[in-house]
Amino acid sequence: MTPAVEFRRVSKTFGVTRAVNDLSLTIARGEFFSLLGPSGCGKTTTLRLLAGFEAPDPGGAILIDGADVTMMRPYQRNLSMVFQSYALFPHLSVERNVAFGLEQRKLPRAGIIPRVRQALELVRLDPDTFSRRMPSQLSGGQRQRVALARALVLEPAILLLDEPLGATDLKLRKEMQLELKALNRRLGITFVYVTHDQEEALTMSDRIAVMDDARVAQLGTPAEIYENPRTAFVAGFIGASNFVEGRTGGRADGRWTVRRPDGLLFRVPDQPGLHDGMTVRVAVRPEWMDLFRPDQVPPEGNAISGSVREVIYLGETMHVIVDIAEGESLTVALRNEGQLIKPLPWQAGDRVAVGWLPEDCQVLEDH
Amino acid sequence: MTDRRRRLLAWLGRRPALQAWALIAPAGLWLLLFFLVPILLMTGYSVMPRGTYGGVESGFTLEHYARFFDPLYLAILGRTVVVALLCTVLCLLLGYPVAWVIARSRRWRNLLMFLVVLPFWTSFLVRTFAMIFLLRDTGLINTMLLSLGLIEAPLTLLYTPFAVLAGMVYSFLPFMILPIYASLEKLDPSLLEAASVLGARPAARFRRVVLPLSMPGVVAGCLLVFIPALGSFLPSDLLGGAKQMLIGNLIQNQFAAARHWPFGSAASTVVMAGVLAGVLLYLRTRDRPAPAMPG
Repeated sequence: MTPAVEFRRVSKTFGVTRAVNDLSLTIARGEFFSLLGPSGCGKTTTLRLLAGFEAPDPGGAILIDGADVTMMRPYQRNLSMVFQSYALFPHLSVERNVAFGLEQRKLPRAGIIPRVRQALELVRLDPDTFSRRMPSQLSGGQRQRVALARALVLEPAILLLDEPLGATDLKLRKEMQLELKALNRRLGITFVYVTHDQEEALTMSDRIAVMDDARVAQLGTPAEIYENPRTAFVAGFIGASNFVEGRTGGRADGRWTVRRPDGLLFRVPDQPGLHDGMTVRVAVRPEWMDLFRPDQVPPEGNAISGSVREVIYLGETMHVIVDIAEGESLTVALRNEGQLIKPLPWQAGDRVAVGWLPEDCQVLEDH
Repeated sequence: MTDRRRRLLAWLGRRPALQAWALIAPAGLWLLLFFLVPILLMTGYSVMPRGTYGGVESGFTLEHYARFFDPLYLAILGRTVVVALLCTVLCLLLGYPVAWVIARSRRWRNLLMFLVVLPFWTSFLVRTFAMIFLLRDTGLINTMLLSLGLIEAPLTLLYTPFAVLAGMVYSFLPFMILPIYASLEKLDPSLLEAASVLGARPAARFRRVVLPLSMPGVVAGCLLVFIPALGSFLPSDLLGGAKQMLIGNLIQNQFAAARHWPFGSAASTVVMAGVLAGVLLYLRTRDRPAPAMPG
């Protein structure tokens, strides 16, 4: 099946700054695809290139539904967009805002009115209450819904969303995340979603392109991105990671032994590209590590000993920060089983061993 | 002294309403004295009999108003309204694109703004005189066209309605550009992108989004041009050679040469009332609740 969107070697340069560098990717039909990264990584420029607000540097091509749209204007691309600031027309009522795109398509009035109603109902705004209101009379959350209705009423093949939930409070954001995901499934529209919020991307996306410095650092499903981050950037940007470094020294049973500078040995799973005597950097998620008494470390795991610096209460989890060397520490996340009933047995100053299983290590590619 | 001042300031600090009044008072008194009082005086003069040696005598009469509604004067008023409207439309057509470019440009914005307000650095009178040198038979335009061989005899430019209009448009153009620029500059660029992605071509984008949102600037600009154009007398005097009288010339003549203050006052009052009625009408039609979508 033809992909909904295809970027072929697309670059975008502003003056001397390269905002997007040789980007190639495909987005499947009906997919919820997120572009995730910190500000300035190129995610918004990528979306604007797809919308047609920017033209790529010569040589790159953008395809929608198999057709080259590189030279097409935004109004020729059959897509729709929800803007970060919502960009509702302040001089038009809710109803006229939603009708705007249909009017541009020269639909007869009689066809527009029911579709506007439907679109408002789709985003759960009561048409009788809201149709005549002006954007200035709406709350942030309601504006968001109007912007969404205005985009969805066109039944576009592709919906672009530029951090549309950025300005809303946490509870509303969680609610909208689930609604957006449900709309994507129900309507079969391809969603291309730009966000800097990793949790948001993990919650909604079928696939995520993590962008860093104008390039895609990693592309994959939320589980692939979270559980197998390929670079230190991805490991650090998506969730928290502990990093351990060392030099490979021999392979046995599909595991490599890695020697830390201080002489301590630990094992990591085999991986293409690893060879003897190589400096590697390993990422381990805090929740995949555990704490042991120094003399009770299970033999099948890796362990580094240290002393507890701090225990942090986070509600759902407890973070224990363990100093393992001068200026080097690991964070271990433990489930909070109720500090009032079953408090953690660790406190600052305790000697402990941080343990983890070799298969929970991710050897990073950018070592 | 300083202690008293401190106590006074503290006392004022507890009274925000009084603070506001204190800030408004100087300008308010100024306007009261030099704007409101003269207008009331003038309105009063317009209903008083003319004095034998100029000025007014006590009494009440509507004869000046009756005289104003003579076809002769109504023709002057009509011509003035047409000229002022033409001037406003020309300023709008010339000024809007300029305001748009200034509002959109980043690098050149300050320079362009500087150029727009540059004419204010010299007086209106001097600038109007300067146009005579440009437009007269031996002026720059005619000399150039003659030397290029494009014309055989000098064109009559000066002392024509064209010259009057040219002078007025030139003088009032910045008053059109500045308010339109101010409203376009506030326009969120993402609104244009939203319109575009929703299928609006450039012309539709302008008609449906840019123009309605810049209407406050357009209206302000039109008022700022139309009202002074309606009352102006220098361009028609200097560039039109006083051949075709505008209402401004009439009023000026009544106050100066003819020394008929009551009639001048009556004419002024009629013009002012007309402008006021127009503005009030506009304010009433604006800010209506959102109309239902035409079905």
